[in-house]
Amino acid sequence: MRLTVNGQTHEVDVEPEMPLLWVLRDELGITGVKYGCGIAQCGACTVHVDGAAVRSCQLPVGELTGEVTTIEGLGQPGALHAVQQAWIEHQVAQCGYCQSGQIMAAAAFLALNPEPTDQDIDAVMSANLCRCGTYPRIRAAIKSAAATMRSA
Amino acid sequence: MGRLKTITRRTFLIGSVAVAGGVAFGAYTVAKPHDNPLLTGLGDGEAAITPYVRIDAEGVTLITPRADLGQGAYSVQAALIAEELDVELDQIRVDPGPPSPAYWNTAFADEAAAFMAPGGGLGESLAYGAISAAIKTFGVQITGGSTTVPDGFVKLREAGAVARETLKLAAAEKSGIAITDLRTEAGRVLLPDGTELSYAELAPLAARITPPQDVPLRDPSGWRLIGKPMQRIDIVAKSTGAMKYGIDIAVEGMLHAAIVLNPAQGGALNGFDATEALKMRGVSDVVEVTGGVAVVADNTWRAFEAARKISFDWGPAAFPATMDEHWQALADSFTEELRDSRVRDDGNVEFAFAEMPGLIKAEYRAPYLAHAPLEPISAIVRVDDDRAEVWTGTQIPRFVQSNVARLAGLDTERVKVNVLVMGGSFGHRLEDEVVKRATEVALLFRGTPIKLTYSREQDMTHDFPRQIAMARMRGTVRNGQVDSYELGIAMPSVIASQMGRQSLPGTGPDSQIVAGAWDQPFAIPNHRVTGYRARELAPISSWRSVGASSNGFFYNLGLDELIHAAGADPMAERIRLCSNDEARKVLETVAEMSNWGSDAGEGRGRGVAFTRSFGVECAMVVEVAATEGGIRIEKVFVAAEVGTVIDPVNFDNLVKGGVIFGLGHAMNCEITYTDGIADQDNYHAFEGMRMYQCPEIEVRGLENGERVRGIGEPPVPPTAPALAGAIFAATGKRLREMPFNKHVDFV
Repeated sequence: MRLTVNGQTHEVDVEPEMPLLWVLRDELGITGVKYGCGIAQCGACTVHVDGAAVRSCQLPVGELTGEVTTIEGLGQPGALHAVQQAWIEHQVAQCGYCQSGQIMAAAAFLALNPEPTDQDIDAVMSANLCRCGTYPRIRAAIKSAAATMRSA
Repeated sequence: MGRLKTITRRTFLIGSVAVAGGVAFGAYTVAKPHDNPLLTGLGDGEAAITPYVRIDAEGVTLITPRADLGQGAYSVQAALIAEELDVELDQIRVDPGPPSPAYWNTAFADEAAAFMAPGGGLGESLAYGAISAAIKTFGVQITGGSTTVPDGFVKLREAGAVARETLKLAAAEKSGIAITDLRTEAGRVLLPDGTELSYAELAPLAARITPPQDVPLRDPSGWRLIGKPMQRIDIVAKSTGAMKYGIDIAVEGMLHAAIVLNPAQGGALNGFDATEALKMRGVSDVVEVTGGVAVVADNTWRAFEAARKISFDWGPAAFPATMDEHWQALADSFTEELRDSRVRDDGNVEFAFAEMPGLIKAEYRAPYLAHAPLEPISAIVRVDDDRAEVWTGTQIPRFVQSNVARLAGLDTERVKVNVLVMGGSFGHRLEDEVVKRATEVALLFRGTPIKLTYSREQDMTHDFPRQIAMARMRGTVRNGQVDSYELGIAMPSVIASQMGRQSLPGTGPDSQIVAGAWDQPFAIPNHRVTGYRARELAPISSWRSVGASSNGFFYNLGLDELIHAAGADPMAERIRLCSNDEARKVLETVAEMSNWGSDAGEGRGRGVAFTRSFGVECAMVVEVAATEGGIRIEKVFVAAEVGTVIDPVNFDNLVKGGVIFGLGHAMNCEITYTDGIADQDNYHAFEGMRMYQCPEIEVRGLENGERVRGIGEPPVPPTAPALAGAIFAATGKRLREMPFNKHVDFV
């Protein structure tokens, strides 16, 4: 089976029902994507498939139809995505375990909705759980990122 | 080797020791009952040092016994070193260091001592509390109790200062220039002619120089880092997916394991049939471990999937099957026989009750709560014939090392523990069951690293949750004031449960049964706080703020009921009752921040609560609106007295996180047992707070006094009672048990 992740094509020999999450983590060693709940409750496993936010723990790899982007492919030091830059400026992370998923969800959301209201942000981002309680900083970082992306 | 001058005035001195290619600086302890971890084979009388900072060809490395669970412990410790050493934060790398008894957490001992000797209230019989047993036996290399900052505040700065001066001496020797003409900056010694000598190149020379003692610490007015916003050293890695948590680590040749434990926690495994599981792709074996089985496979998901295909014959739980029985056990614990402590007994509550009519009585409950950090627990263990190695995120590396050694039949020093970054803890990683189970599997796969990852369901249902607790309040009011207040608190002993799993004695009273209640700075004329030790029920463990997490709720709720009966204002009466300035100041501060006393508006209400825990006075005001759909939490105001705020950004983030953690659990979380089986196994049933429910939170850190305190836990205890007070103010409904969604809806 062939899949494209962060612009690179990989050949994997796995069952089609294996969730994308575990193909990424255990077969390809891409660990920025996290396992938190396995039932689409926490959002830590969020990646982009052709730009759309997807819960990789719920997507059997056999049903994958597009190119995958993980947090590693979103941006790296020196070439950070605006959302990552905002996350750093606002020092969002505590333990940081949920933040890959939060950042991927926020990036996909802002691509669709460049001028979100506070209600929009709350509505979309409530699907991502943070046990450390960084929500106030996530809100602020999303607003900063939105402003940066609009002015770019 | 190490150098030690006569120790006269202080409890520790900073010294140095040569290490490969460089030098390490750290503290000598006066009574040095434990050997140093980096120096083996020391003879009698030779000095041992607890290293904090290493300087070698690679640069400057913080050697820290304190784990980073997400609270920013690495950054804050790096800042304390860097402040005096004159390096930039981004020049410091972190090495969690080997497990060692030399890393005493003295702040932990201070907390225990306060309870054991609270101003003459306790007799000789309480001289040995449960915590002190652990301290004496193991040394306390534990991260917890918000102790990282108080433990390191002086030690780490002194280590940085002594290291700096020693490096300058080395530079003086090398250059022939007087030390008074040398400056330090960004990891270098600067000579008057502009020549720069890096610490790395000076390190080997510095290792041969006796470090100067009594290097004065810089005056706070000259602090470059402390008190200023800092960029956490892990923030870029945590924003780019680069941070490797325990669950992300791969070791060459490892196999993956999943576990299925008896859902009735602690119950026996009578039998199982793994025929189907063994046929599945990638599965190596299914093996028995204590309390269940482990599936070993070539991939985490394959192990999880195979685990679902096993059928089991389980024995019953080792504790009562229904919640009714748990609550009954607590209700039956308010007896003289089960009295654990009565440290607070001011005036005479019995006389006061007899004297005044209108005795007010109430009962309160706090449920079991899972820790549920977002990263499920995991551990990699490799056992060979003569050694073992562990990779795991843990707050108790010494216990891990000892337990693996015992299970593998090895000497302790033959077990290497690699402490990994943790995706949250809240006390979860003060337990090491995952390491023990992984070791049991690894013993059957000698030479092969076994990575055991708990599924979320196994993690949540086999957590050792926060204690269940019950309190009974009685009190009277007189002339519009609180006159008497008696609070009895019953819970099983967290410390005994936790220490029992480490085979340590849990002797003496457990301070956590009354933590956050017995020592509150309120001068109520007749005031008694009694702890009752319920029998062991479900196994329990330390959960963010431990005893105070339930007792802050009980104490404030009782006070609120009395203040209401007195017809007084919850804020004004608390301030009137304050017996110390710090408490009064934090209350006055939140009163001002929240504009307390102004009209909250129709269908709205404010509640206030105050808890002193972990040495921090923390006051909070919660403001809610009662809407058609339910209660909406709109604003929270927090003031906390911590002595010194080391990093205002991290402080703000941790306090807000504590508030959200406290609110979320108060709203909708509990672990309940049916037939001894936890009813909640994932976040759909244990939700906490979501972003749409998150209020605006305003935080102020007060810096009065000499003490410096950690802030990880103190915001949690006052959160639930402040919310309860606000709901009462808005709706007239008094909530006496958590979670509150049993009685009100939240939007």
